Amino acid sequence: MNKHLTAAGAALALISPFLAWTWTPLYPGDLTLYGYPGGSQLVTLVCALTATALLAAPRLAPAGAVRALRAASLAALTTTWVTVVAIAVDLGGVVNLEPGAWLAAGSTALLAVGAHRLPDDTLDPPRPVPRLPRWAEVLVITAVFVLAMYVLTYGITTGSPEEFLAFLPAALFLGRALTVSGLGAALGALTARNRTATAVAALAAALVFPFTQSDGQYTAIADNILIFAAVALGLNIVVGLVGLLDLGYVAFLGTGAYTAALVSGSSFSTLDIGPLPFWATALLGMAVSLVAGIVIGAPTLRLHGDYLAIVTLGFGEIFRITVNNLDGSSGPSLTNGPNGINSVPDINVLGFDFGAEHHILGVEFGRFANYYLLLLAVIALVVFLYSRVGDSRIGRAWIALREDEKAATAMGIEGFRFKLLAFAMGASLAGLAGTVMAHLQTNAVPDNYKFADTAPPNSAFLLAAVVLGGMGTVSGPLVGAALLYLIPAKFEFFSKYQMMLFGLALVVMMIYRPEGLIPDRKRQLEFHEEAVTT
Amino acid sequence: MSTLLRADGVTMRFGGLTAVDRVDLTVDSGEIVGLIGPNGAGKTTFFNCLTGLYVPTEGEVRFRGALLPPRPAKVTRAGIARTFQNIRLFAGMTVLENVMVGRHTRTREGLLSAIGRGPRYRRTERESRTVGRELLEFVGLGGHARETARNLSYGGQRRLEIARALASDPGLLLLDEPTAGMNPQETRETEQLVCAIRDRGVAVLVIEHDMRFIMNLCDRVAVLVQGSKLVEGAPADVQADPRVVEAYLGAPQEETA
Ligand SMILES: Nc1ncnc2c1ncn2[C@@H]1O[C@H](COP(=O)(O)OP(=O)(O)OP(=O)(O)O)[C@@H](O)[C@H]1O
Ligand SMILES: [Mg+2]
Repeated sequence: MNKHLTAAGAALALISPFLAWTWTPLYPGDLTLYGYPGGSQLVTLVCALTATALLAAPRLAPAGAVRALRAASLAALTTTWVTVVAIAVDLGGVVNLEPGAWLAAGSTALLAVGAHRLPDDTLDPPRPVPRLPRWAEVLVITAVFVLAMYVLTYGITTGSPEEFLAFLPAALFLGRALTVSGLGAALGALTARNRTATAVAALAAALVFPFTQSDGQYTAIADNILIFAAVALGLNIVVGLVGLLDLGYVAFLGTGAYTAALVSGSSFSTLDIGPLPFWATALLGMAVSLVAGIVIGAPTLRLHGDYLAIVTLGFGEIFRITVNNLDGSSGPSLTNGPNGINSVPDINVLGFDFGAEHHILGVEFGRFANYYLLLLAVIALVVFLYSRVGDSRIGRAWIALREDEKAATAMGIEGFRFKLLAFAMGASLAGLAGTVMAHLQTNAVPDNYKFADTAPPNSAFLLAAVVLGGMGTVSGPLVGAALLYLIPAKFEFFSKYQMMLFGLALVVMMIYRPEGLIPDRKRQLEFHEEAVTT
Repeated sequence: MSTLLRADGVTMRFGGLTAVDRVDLTVDSGEIVGLIGPNGAGKTTFFNCLTGLYVPTEGEVRFRGALLPPRPAKVTRAGIARTFQNIRLFAGMTVLENVMVGRHTRTREGLLSAIGRGPRYRRTERESRTVGRELLEFVGLGGHARETARNLSYGGQRRLEIARALASDPGLLLLDEPTAGMNPQETRETEQLVCAIRDRGVAVLVIEHDMRFIMNLCDRVAVLVQGSKLVEGAPADVQADPRVVEAYLGAPQEETA
């Protein structure tokens, strides 16, 4: 009975995107066409398809299909209702809804109710997933990354807040469906078996993005996400692996940016150096940030917990205030104070001018696409360093310090030395990202490097990206950074309430999913098995 | 038989409280020495002084003749490893990773070799893994290598702590109440394990409240009461000593158990 209800809901939900939801193309995405799903209808279609697949072939889900079906039905429900309500609100009344919209709203509700009345069939442990031949595994990994990139691209390129608002819950609930179905874990095992293939596939999928973009508008967003993500991943060493709360991390990004700006040959630079070749700038930025990391870390890393958090918060602010004052009147002349260092020229590597347009494989690469490629290389380097060092004697020492400092000390780990190493490494990676950032934004100004602001990167957002995404993982901060960049960028009209909503979202998140969106397999146990005593 | 550990007049004061008061103790190689005493006698504090977690107010500790600096990392490197009274595992790491952390002082792979992963790095990692697995086998956790440490049974966690300590190739192992909270059968298994550890050539200094454990295993027993060493000698003599009985029970009585 419930099964039929659910099936009927899914079938009708599948049909509804092919009908018109409103009469006027004024609503973004043009939902007026019959026989051709457009705009947010596509999202409803994908959600309904997922639900149908889970319903028709429950064996697809190794850990049981019903909970995944519920998540998929919620994805369909939320995205559809967001769109339907948005149509009514935008166009001024429910009269603007065509029958297709009513059908979509009703059928997704039916689907959700039906799915939640089905008996739970969770399997613990999950059904074993058959091993595929190697080439097929690589193929699956590639397909998954292409799909992930497609989803991300869809999110980035949504042209209106309404469409993004319809996309977001669908993406989150479908992500949940992936996890509870057991497919997430199976994919994790798959990628763990094929590390190199995974890295290559991820990079290849990411490389496709600029080829799909005709103008720089969305590539610029992607650039900023990549910078944000690189820095968040660096912070993840300090926060996720070693468990140190660093609230002033953005200062190292700033250090890198100022270093790069000073040696860029900009006419605003107070140093008469440069322009240095970019490799030298990058190394210098890393080195200066590394030194800054050691200078800040050496006196503070003997502190624990909240004390460290407060002191790093202080140092972060000291950085901003210092660069604000090194203007020649209230301090030595170095940074031009609040005006910052402007007109930082574009990077030029061996004659390849990042500011100019290039044609690669017949596709036009604008300025932002050029930087996108560079930033991909930066991210690849950061991920490479993070995963190599994280999975080594040093990484084990870091995690041991996080888990139990006293026991780690008793095993012969010099806590201070290893914390300082993590701090320095995190700082230099942030510095590297900073050198690119200065060129991309053509300036280095103090206000870009605050503790908290309405847009990333700033220390609060960086920390949130790590915590929201999942501490101690590689993909967590990447996802966290993408979300935390896109949400404020897409909801600019919310700006008055942004900080409030942001705080609210974090509180909700910490209550319902303290381990982050993409939990560390081991960490997850920590948060959900409080009963185990040690 | 050579003296492995020699503690001379070790004293630890916390403000007005003298937790450990001029304690002398030696452990010879191949020995199992017991350290007993009523709750709060200062046994754990004495361990902390030996391993550098506390800097003793007075006194010195020598290991294999050399003065031990009160730095945990140096003590571990010198060859003293320990377990804790309240289990302190790296709960979120796997069982094998816990033991591999124990190899920390015996490996020296730095940042660059972790990034470069040359042949030497790979060999060392492989070795750490092999030693880890061998030790897990030794303490009876062979089948649990990939589990998360916190999911082990209580007895399993205690044995993992021992394996982790052994991973640092110690000459002397300090066990702080290794059978606390165990059932009689697990206690017997731990006894056998401690014997096997001695047979590997590792001397053992063990704090324990279970008198049968002490009687069965120890070559020598020292009794700590209110921070000072009351008596030291063969287990049977110590058990029969009226002063020890008094320290435990407060007045002359019959058997303690
Ligand atoms: N860090 C510290 N600061 C102050 N007092 C301490 C500290 N550590 C231990 N003590 C005190 O020293 C005394 C000895 O404690 P200790 O833990 O060494 O006893 P113990 O013999 O191990 O007892 P138990 O059998 O209960 O484990 C106690 O009175 C304790 O309160
Ligand atoms: Mg004790």
